[in-house]
Amino acid sequence: MSDGDVLAVTEHRQGELRDVSLELASAGRALADATGGDLHVAVVSGDVDAYADELSVDGVDAVHTVAAGDEFNHDVYVAAVEALVNDLAPTQLLLPNSVDGMDYAPAVAESLDRPVVTDAVEVDVTDDGLAVHREMYGSKVETVISIADGPFAVTVRPGEFEPASGTSDPEVVAHDLNLDLDALGSTVEGYEAVDTGDVDITEADFLISIGRGIEEEENLELIEDLADATGGTISASRPIVDNGWLEKGRQVGQSGKTVTPTVYLAIGISGAVQHVAGMKNADMIIAINTDPNAPIFDISDYGIVGDLFEVVPALTEQFD
Amino acid sequence: MKVLVTVKESADIADDFAVDDDGIDETYVEYDLNEWDDYAVETGVQLAEAGIADEVVGVTIGPERADETIRKALAKGVDRAVRVWDDALAGQDLLDVSTKAHLLAAVAEDEDADLVLSGVQASDDSFGATGVALAERLGYEWAAVVSDLDVNADAGEARVNRELEGGLQERLTVDLPAVFTIQTGINEPRYASLRGIRQAQSKEIAPKTPTDIGVET
Ligand SMILES: Cc1cc2nc3c(=O)[nH]c(=O)nc-3n(C[C@H](O)[C@H](O)[C@H](O)COP(=O)(O)OP(=O)(O)OC[C@H]3O[C@@H](n4cnc5c(N)ncnc54)[C@H](O)[C@@H]3O)c2cc1C
Repeated sequence: MSDGDVLAVTEHRQGELRDVSLELASAGRALADATGGDLHVAVVSGDVDAYADELSVDGVDAVHTVAAGDEFNHDVYVAAVEALVNDLAPTQLLLPNSVDGMDYAPAVAESLDRPVVTDAVEVDVTDDGLAVHREMYGSKVETVISIADGPFAVTVRPGEFEPASGTSDPEVVAHDLNLDLDALGSTVEGYEAVDTGDVDITEADFLISIGRGIEEEENLELIEDLADATGGTISASRPIVDNGWLEKGRQVGQSGKTVTPTVYLAIGISGAVQHVAGMKNADMIIAINTDPNAPIFDISDYGIVGDLFEVVPALTEQFD
Repeated sequence: MKVLVTVKESADIADDFAVDDDGIDETYVEYDLNEWDDYAVETGVQLAEAGIADEVVGVTIGPERADETIRKALAKGVDRAVRVWDDALAGQDLLDVSTKAHLLAAVAEDEDADLVLSGVQASDDSFGATGVALAERLGYEWAAVVSDLDVNADAGEARVNRELEGGLQERLTVDLPAVFTIQTGINEPRYASLRGIRQAQSKEIAPKTPTDIGVET
């Protein structure tokens, strides 16, 4: 192994490779190019041979498979990634900042004694090492964390890097894992879908989406009036659903629904990454927010910097 | 069983903040109890009310200013707290994950905690890594992004739901002792009562330095 090698660990769920896997491959390729190393990609558990075929894309030098169980289990992933890192000694370890990534990446980094930076949106190689770009304060501020030369771990934000494509003929290496799968400290029993009720916000043409800016449950009346006047469907950001003011089926975002309406009107929503993940592909995005720096404006076609308690009634009046 | 809840003061910045070379000007920053930790505190207090936890201890890493934040947790029913700090830590703007995990692990070992509850992430730096790194450091089991928790102390295990992407939940059983990172929406965090706020004034916040708990930084 040469210095500058990259190991990117992919992920899958219920028989499908998840999108972030090919994004990790392209992020990994760019890093390997910059440091003159090879790109190793790993897939752990499930039908690893089928996944290895799918991972034979441009830029991948080797695919490492670890067959152990069917679905994600953090104890298996920690053991597998540790073994692979000890074997391959990559300088850079790239992991997904998905919910499963959050469940094992920090443990792997801690046990391998590698510094970890999470949720990278950009990774550059500089003369002083690595510059990892990430966001803080609900995406209001971007910071750059420098990592001096040496082994490290970075988790990358899903949806930020172009997925790798094409086909290639990497070496596929099967690894055995020395782990008793019946003696793990955590056991996945199964999956269940959250009960989302009757409305299907994914079918709506015009979504009126409300966030924490509404302040009180009683104030939702303002939004209902606007929905009545316009025929729009009400959806929401997470805090509104966490508070129990609207049912779970109306939540837009990473852990809720992904929507692509003709018009998405975001009212009092800041535009945190987990919200944006569920609505960024709407045809037209309009935002109403008092904060001119709210990240939602970065992805909006039209923006109104103003107080929703003034703007929304004025809007309703136009349609009445 | 003894429950340890990690709490962090989280910085919120004003709409019209200004950035200079040192970062964000302090005058634009306000501190509050991290949103995710509020749910972790509530989980701990509910375990005490259900008779499952004998004691709920809060721990924070932060300067004296952070007492104000940890008092909010005490006012909601946390029994007492430990605050770890020393001026050497102040130089670092963002404490790295490993340093935090080592400090918190030393406190968890000191307290002999059976269960550690933390938030999924801090709302300011959104690192989302401390809880799981802490579990690894302690040699405890864990689960990240927990949206439902049922602790069976006698059986030495917990049934847990993890919230995955797209409205999917994963059901799992986790051996105790364990660290769980708590997701918003798992419960309804209470508001502190006036009585709670008064009682919090006399609850203990023990200041400790890293050296006190045997960690070199
Ligand atoms: C694992 C994980 C999964 C998550 N999944 C989701 C998800 O599926 N969906 C989701 O939405 N979030 C999700 N989140 C939470 C997300 O990180 C944010 O906390 C959340 O999206 C914030 O919601 P918000 O924009 O309504 O609230 P805030 O971020 O508090 O924003 C409120 C906004 O309202 C504005 N405002 C205030 N008053 C007014 C007024 N009078 N008029 C106009 N504007 C006003 C403010 O300027 C601010 O921009 C998830 C987080 C994690 C860690």
